[in-house]
Amino acid sequence: MFRPFESFFLELGRTTQIFVRVLLWTFRPPYDPRQWLTQMVRVGIQSIPVVLLTAVFTGGVMALQIFTVLARFGAENYVGSIVGLAMVRELAAVLGALMIAGRCGAAMGAELGAMRVTQQIDALEVLATDPVHYLIVPRVWATTLALPLLIALADAVGIFGGYVVSVIVMGANPATYLDITFRYMDANDVMSGLIKAAVFGLLIATIGCSKGFHAKGGAEGVGRATTAAVVTGSIAVLVVNFFLTKLMF
Amino acid sequence: MTQPTFKIRLQGIHKSFGPKHVLTGLDLDIAEGESLVILGGSGSGKSVLLKHIIGLLQPDEGTVEVDGVDLSTLGQRQLIEFRRRFGMSFQEGALFDSMTVWQNIAFPLQRARPRIATADISARVEQCLESVGLQGVDDKVPAELSGGMRRRVGFARAIALQPQILLFDEPTTGLDPVMTAVIDEVINNLRRRLGSTTITITHDLTSAFRIADRIAMLHRGQILAVAPPDEFRASDDPRLQQFLEGRAEGPLTDDPPPQTTQVPDP
Ligand SMILES: Nc1ncnc2c1ncn2[C@@H]1O[C@H](COP(=O)(O)OP(=O)(O)OP(=O)(O)O)[C@@H](O)[C@H]1O
Ligand SMILES: [Mg+2]
Repeated sequence: MFRPFESFFLELGRTTQIFVRVLLWTFRPPYDPRQWLTQMVRVGIQSIPVVLLTAVFTGGVMALQIFTVLARFGAENYVGSIVGLAMVRELAAVLGALMIAGRCGAAMGAELGAMRVTQQIDALEVLATDPVHYLIVPRVWATTLALPLLIALADAVGIFGGYVVSVIVMGANPATYLDITFRYMDANDVMSGLIKAAVFGLLIATIGCSKGFHAKGGAEGVGRATTAAVVTGSIAVLVVNFFLTKLMF
Repeated sequence: MTQPTFKIRLQGIHKSFGPKHVLTGLDLDIAEGESLVILGGSGSGKSVLLKHIIGLLQPDEGTVEVDGVDLSTLGQRQLIEFRRRFGMSFQEGALFDSMTVWQNIAFPLQRARPRIATADISARVEQCLESVGLQGVDDKVPAELSGGMRRRVGFARAIALQPQILLFDEPTTGLDPVMTAVIDEVINNLRRRLGSTTITITHDLTSAFRIADRIAMLHRGQILAVAPPDEFRASDDPRLQQFLEGRAEGPLTDDPPPQTTQVPDP
């Protein structure tokens, strides 16, 4: 009956332990710029299309929905403001992070899991290399750095999506729409979204790596690690998002 | 008379995986510069034993000492540093599959000396590959190699830094007799030229007698016998005789297996 709780705390303990090891090893040489670069490219550059697609369609659909609702009490003019604020404060970061959990969290779980079950992680240790230092440190920080950058881009593209839909589909006035979008938005709104994004990046990578690092049991084990990396990563993003929002506003 | 200096000393090692008691109070001393061969049935715990020596596995009970240092007293970071004196080749190769052969062998060199020149690395990588009879595979990735080639690359990676202690887990299994002799020669050379201590697991008796200063037989989680090759061969222990002759029937197979704790079904 207590199995789920037990395994929850076991997992929490493992992930925390990995995170502590990441902190301890971050500032120790040797640094491996190639690993960092590879991870930045994989998480940052190669995720741009998915994140932007997510953002542009979310912005568009938000504009459709909010326009319909606001039209009921004649407040269509404010669509831009609501779409913009929703994107930068909440949607870009959360939806973007969920996509990254599916894309990069899964990849980390699978890659490290495969390395674990084929003893490549043991081989690293034998070659006097701490696997957390070599494999996980670059992944965690690359993801933590890349996510806010991606989300900043997503903010812009999401707002653009809303703008296009409003102007072309709903016939809103382009100048007014843009004016309204930015009139009620300040730097704090944007910053809060970007801070969230950084925290999500940290969570996704730490969880994904921890799942892979502790994988066992052949191909099936790698599969389990991959699934767990996505599911746990996504849930962590949603739960932590709630508390961060509560904290920041 | 000087005391024999032990490079590696295992005392009272117990190790279980769940209900399975793999090592049951194993004692073993290995002298500096010695070449020890470990024989034993499949699944008897040879690989597990080797992983204890390098600290990849920790004993449930007992101590592992290397150069007089009890491994369990080392912190995570110290243990990583300590491993610089070791080289190990894995039974399954354990090559980094996202790297080429060249990068695999260069890896320990680059990690140990971050400022080393690429030309020096290349020279050493070539030398290692040549010594295991491989040429022109630098740019291949492990997936493109045969099983025996992969094993030899793993071997080359283990010896790249010329460490003091070398652990080889079945380095010649799956190799043809000529290649086996080549690898055996490399092991003998390492010991002669560098005075390395080598521990080799093998199922190949010819190979064992060719490289061993002493042969140890692992059975039921303990060292059944350890002796120089001639004594080992001449032993009248019926269990050793059965193993050396490769008979299906005999005391090794007749012995009732040790009790494993029964786990009741929930
Ligand atoms: N990580 C592990 N988890 C659970 N059981 C293990 C683990 N490693 C080894 N074992 C068990 O320990 C026993 C000994 O395994 P080991 O790999 O040492 O055998 P071996 O002597 O090397 O055999 P072989 O000659 O076939 O390689 C086996 O029964 C194996 O199932
Ligand atoms: Mg084995």
